[in-house]
Amino acid sequence: MTSCQRTTICAASILLFSTVGSVLLLHHVDEIRPRDIVDDTLYVASPKLLKRASLGFDGLMACIYWTRAVQYFGHRHLLRKTSYNELGPLLEITTALDPHLLPPYQFGSTFLSPAPPNGAGQPERAIRLMEYGIQNNPDNWRLYYDLGFIYYTELKDFKKAAEAFERGSQVPDAHPFLKVLAANTAQHAEDYATARLLWSAAYQNSNEGDIRQNALDHLRAIQVDEDVTNLQNAVTRFVEANKRIPTSLWEIAAAEHLAGIPVDPDGIPYELSIDGQVLVATPDDFPFIKKGTPPGYKPGPPHFHSTK
Amino acid sequence: MTSRIISIASNTFREAVRDRVLYNLIAFAVLLSGAAILVSQISIEIERLVVINLGLTSVSLFGVVIAIFIGIGLVSKEIDKRTLYTVLSRPVRRWEFIVGKFFGLAGTLVVNTFFMAIGVFAALLYVAHKFSGGDGMILVSLYFIILQFLIICAVALLFSSFSSPLLSAILTFSMFVIGSFADDLRSFASITHGFTRLIATGSAYLVPNLSALNVISAVAHGQSISAQLILQNTLYALFYSAMALSGAVLIFERRNLK
Repeated sequence: MTSCQRTTICAASILLFSTVGSVLLLHHVDEIRPRDIVDDTLYVASPKLLKRASLGFDGLMACIYWTRAVQYFGHRHLLRKTSYNELGPLLEITTALDPHLLPPYQFGSTFLSPAPPNGAGQPERAIRLMEYGIQNNPDNWRLYYDLGFIYYTELKDFKKAAEAFERGSQVPDAHPFLKVLAANTAQHAEDYATARLLWSAAYQNSNEGDIRQNALDHLRAIQVDEDVTNLQNAVTRFVEANKRIPTSLWEIAAAEHLAGIPVDPDGIPYELSIDGQVLVATPDDFPFIKKGTPPGYKPGPPHFHSTK
Repeated sequence: MTSRIISIASNTFREAVRDRVLYNLIAFAVLLSGAAILVSQISIEIERLVVINLGLTSVSLFGVVIAIFIGIGLVSKEIDKRTLYTVLSRPVRRWEFIVGKFFGLAGTLVVNTFFMAIGVFAALLYVAHKFSGGDGMILVSLYFIILQFLIICAVALLFSSFSSPLLSAILTFSMFVIGSFADDLRSFASITHGFTRLIATGSAYLVPNLSALNVISAVAHGQSISAQLILQNTLYALFYSAMALSGAVLIFERRNLK
């Protein structure tokens, strides 16, 4: 073996050993590092400073900050965290860097507004974000729709929701359903039909698999809530007529002349508790239901759907 | 005269290629293809925007770095290697040497930008599956980036005509940074008074207005760029490059090369 070959083998061995060693060490460092502190730190919080520092390449910076916001929310959501302190600033920096970048308004508001653990529980901040978006993109009817959506679903302020839909319907080339939404929200705000109309629109207006799946989950939950409400009313009618609690939903089906026991959107029959409460057999499969859950029920961890 | 400038320009281009300057295209290709594949997995609904923003920003930054680091060495390297004396001992005027070097570097950057542009459009086709009407404006943005390169090349040559490579690099990069803030500088000048206003306004007009040549964000959002802006930016870049190049020629003509 020549001297040159020996040197090559020696250097290659050290290179390999050092590479493996550094990767393993980094892995251990990551494990012992206080992760939450690192995650919660936003080193530069001033949108103006960041805009200046981007040297005119603020479009790319906005994309980077939007990706950071998505990763921040997704990571904390997966860990079932209830605080999202940096989400608002991240979205505000993103939109300050590029006020015409629409996803931070449309999706960022859906991260901000729902109560934890589904979101940051900051609907007022989400509304401020949407109003900023509308101010900078007044011809985009989808932003008015999203604004109305937050008023409707999170704040239950149906008057303002109807106003937002109405404002959006006046934008040139706005989708005609905004007029319908405005009218329905103003007149029948708390109907299941209005909620169904809203979530159907959310489903149709997004190409993102997770967003569409979220809308589908809400539509399924609305179906369950409506079924449980109707069945519970039937149980009440049965109790009033027979002066006793029905022993099973078969009795309800017979009394109401139904073809069989009603089933949930997955085809599983609803159940009846001994105290006459209509329940869903698998509540974990319907993450947004408000009715039909057993007393003291706590929802399981979120499950993410693959992008379709 | 023209043939001598072309000879110097083509030699400068060949030298840049021999210096493996075009290797940056590999880094660019890796960066863009990586972003095109990764962004759809880690972000929401910005795949097309990222490809345009990242692609055009990379074209701009890679080009500026090349313009600065090659531009600053164009004169000093020839002096250090003593090849300048061989060139100037022939019937070549000093100004022809400077202008030839400028066109050689500009040509290198145009070729580099051409290949990067192909990469940007290929990545765009990969993520969006088709081109839309507004994508034509990407060509306008690329054209503006080339205009930026002309200005930076001329400025780098100006500084390298009288100072050391390190100082030239610092000065040129500073001009790039200040030029990116040209709009702010002008706004600042408008709110000052008296002598300060005079100095601020003078500085604002002296530094290259590179911010006017940056339309990347607008193009990414499909906004159209007016023909008037294209024409005026073209004229501005030509005037500014000519100004910096004339300065370089004036200094180099008087420089003692002994």
